[in-house]
Amino acid sequence: MTSEKESRVPIMAEGSCLLRKMEISVAEAEKRTGKNAVNMQETYTVYLIETRPADSVTEGHNPVPDSLWRRYSEFELLRNYLLVTYPFIVIPPLPEKRAEFVWHKLSADNMDPDFVERRRIGLENFLLRVASHPVLSSDKIFFLFLTEENGWKEAVFETGFLAKSDSRLKALNATFRVKNPDKRFSELKHYSDELQSVTSQLLRVRARVADRLYGVYKVHGNYGRVFSEWSAIEKEMGDGLQSAGHHMDAYAASVDDILEEEEHYADQLKEYLFYAEAVKAVCRKHELLQYELETASQDLASKKQQQEELAAGTVRTFSFKGMTSKLFGQETPEQREAKLKVLEEQIKEGEEELQKEFVKNAWKDIERFKEQKDHDLREALMSYAVMQISMCKKGIQVWTNAKECFSKM
Amino acid sequence: MSAGNANSLTSSGQQSIEEVSHPLSAEESVLSSPDTANADLSLLNGTPVDTSSPASSSSLVNRLQLDDDLNGETHDLFVSVDDPKKHVSTMETYITYRVTTKTTRTEFDLPEYSLRRRYQDFDWLRNKLEESQPTHLVPPLPEKFVMKGVVDRFSEEFVETRRKALDKFLKRVADHPVLSFNENFNVFLTAKDLNSYKKQGLALLTKMSESVKNVTGGYKLRSRPLEFAAMLDYLDVFTQKLGTIDRIAQRIIKEQSEYLMELRDYGPLYSSWAAFEGELQKPLKSVSECVTSCATALEELTDDMSEDFLPVLREYVLYIESMKNVLKKRDQVQAEYEAKLEAIVVRKEEKIGVPMDVEKCQDRMECFNADLKADWERWQNNKRQDFRQLLTGMAEKNIQYYEKVGQIVRSMYKSQV
Repeated sequence: MTSEKESRVPIMAEGSCLLRKMEISVAEAEKRTGKNAVNMQETYTVYLIETRPADSVTEGHNPVPDSLWRRYSEFELLRNYLLVTYPFIVIPPLPEKRAEFVWHKLSADNMDPDFVERRRIGLENFLLRVASHPVLSSDKIFFLFLTEENGWKEAVFETGFLAKSDSRLKALNATFRVKNPDKRFSELKHYSDELQSVTSQLLRVRARVADRLYGVYKVHGNYGRVFSEWSAIEKEMGDGLQSAGHHMDAYAASVDDILEEEEHYADQLKEYLFYAEAVKAVCRKHELLQYELETASQDLASKKQQQEELAAGTVRTFSFKGMTSKLFGQETPEQREAKLKVLEEQIKEGEEELQKEFVKNAWKDIERFKEQKDHDLREALMSYAVMQISMCKKGIQVWTNAKECFSKM
Repeated sequence: MSAGNANSLTSSGQQSIEEVSHPLSAEESVLSSPDTANADLSLLNGTPVDTSSPASSSSLVNRLQLDDDLNGETHDLFVSVDDPKKHVSTMETYITYRVTTKTTRTEFDLPEYSLRRRYQDFDWLRNKLEESQPTHLVPPLPEKFVMKGVVDRFSEEFVETRRKALDKFLKRVADHPVLSFNENFNVFLTAKDLNSYKKQGLALLTKMSESVKNVTGGYKLRSRPLEFAAMLDYLDVFTQKLGTIDRIAQRIIKEQSEYLMELRDYGPLYSSWAAFEGELQKPLKSVSECVTSCATALEELTDDMSEDFLPVLREYVLYIESMKNVLKKRDQVQAEYEAKLEAIVVRKEEKIGVPMDVEKCQDRMECFNADLKADWERWQNNKRQDFRQLLTGMAEKNIQYYEKVGQIVRSMYKSQV
């Protein structure tokens, strides 16, 4: 279990992060029933988050960790808060809400114990990724999520992130076109699109491959029964046939574990499928800021032109979001001048915000993300290869046993 | 026991061990015997042999053990079918096979023969054998009719499958202590112009076949002796089980083919992913190649199942049909005997003529029973060997597949870490 956890610990960032100071795990999952918002009975799963200081486990001293229960919707709330509060960060994704890319035997039921178990691992992975992030790990709300069972929700809502969230959603869904897109960000967005596309295709085909593999193994189980029946009418051949049949049964049964293990690989791909969406969100935010900046610049340009025209005696009527009426009401040229200066300053500020804070921080995080992605996916591919090697070893074992039985017929 | 047999082998003018261990049809699909790890040669009659050293005493012992399987019979007639060739004439297109014979038997003028035969000729031989040796089980031939348009009669796979079956047929006949001495068999192996021989219509029938031929049907069997009833029961269940195994094998082939199709979609996806990655390009590309190679290995496994496993299963179903027919004939002979016996009792016929007729019937029945029992034993032994070979072969192919795939993935992994 420890080694499993170790393999899921993301790369530790340079700066100090929460994970250095604190052990975090999602230890258990439990079913609960209660009344929901419309006063109807519902069944849901809660997850036990355990925390304890990093250096607390020493020789002969194993303190009980602090713990609290959270359900999936609370994780979602936390993530939404992080999305709004840190728009320049690629926010780690949550495990999928509903089981997708399911191959036929696997259950798509959210209550299925295997699904719950994989979700538990995914939620733990999410917490570890946030806790090891150089920026996110020092967030107060995140800390409260891990430590304050009851006061947490109030604290989140007190940040007022919901208001920002609404306008953010509105902006993200709006269609607008940027005149001078930042090349790096458009390339990144293009990459994210491609990554999403290829990983979802891969997941779909992998599920079909799993389905077929399942079929091949299970049909061999039929040999078990027919060899058994056949051995009943044979004298010398009977024993060999009968025992070979048992090995065929074992072969057929072995595929369940093989495919369960492969789900971990699928989960790793899914994480990056969802990560791609998080990257796109950062690009989109940048696009929005860029658009706002361009709009503001455009306003300033049109104000200048209007002023010039007024001075030259030609008036043209623009309707520019009501700014015209606001600015060119009953003002004196000096007042107009002052207002223009304010606008210029605002634009400069906007530019500063865009360039200094956002782009710098975003790009720093994107570089960190790229390294993490290359490392994680390479690991995932290699451990997938190891799974296949192990599957081959098992196959050789079973068929060698069967061959021995056949040779004794 | 072994010493005695060794002497009998060398003294009766057999070929040297060395010669015997090198089969004429070296391309026959050989399967590992339980004792050896490497691919091996077989004796010309199809039984596997240790090849550590052809002239070694261990290989001699192996051969003798096999001889014991076949009731200590000596092998002095070796036949093989190989080298299929297409013949195109104005009237038709057909395939011929080279039939090679090596023997020390005095019934043959020469020690070696090599001539070409086509399926028709094999079919003729089989019919003649059935006619002339009705009390014996004649091995089956591969299916005569193939649906044009469904199966390509001239494809490599079809021809090879057929060749193997024809080879097996001849070897089984050559192996048989009675059938192998049949005149028609001799003619098949030696006559340059088989067609003119066929036209002459020299149906060389034995005394037995003449009399059995004249057995009219329509006699009702009183009671079948237990041992023959047991044989029929066994054959019924065995047919069922073979049918089930055939269906399972077909299903496996189908599932594997569909698995293969998915893999063919799967591999290239990693390649297209590699195209827009930087650091990940190398590992992704190698995963893609890996999947493609594994798909090829799977295809080989599936083809082997279709070409080697299924035809042998189906051939056994035909074999069982032949056996059942022989049992039916035996029933008829017994029925006739019983009827004639009853007729005497009822009609109180004179002693001259009729008792002799009854005696003849009794003789016929008892000979038939004896022949059949011997053939049954031989058939059971052959069946055991054949299925042992077939199933260990299937297991071996699967082992090879997993070894191949494991190797491919392992070397990909090593190249990346």
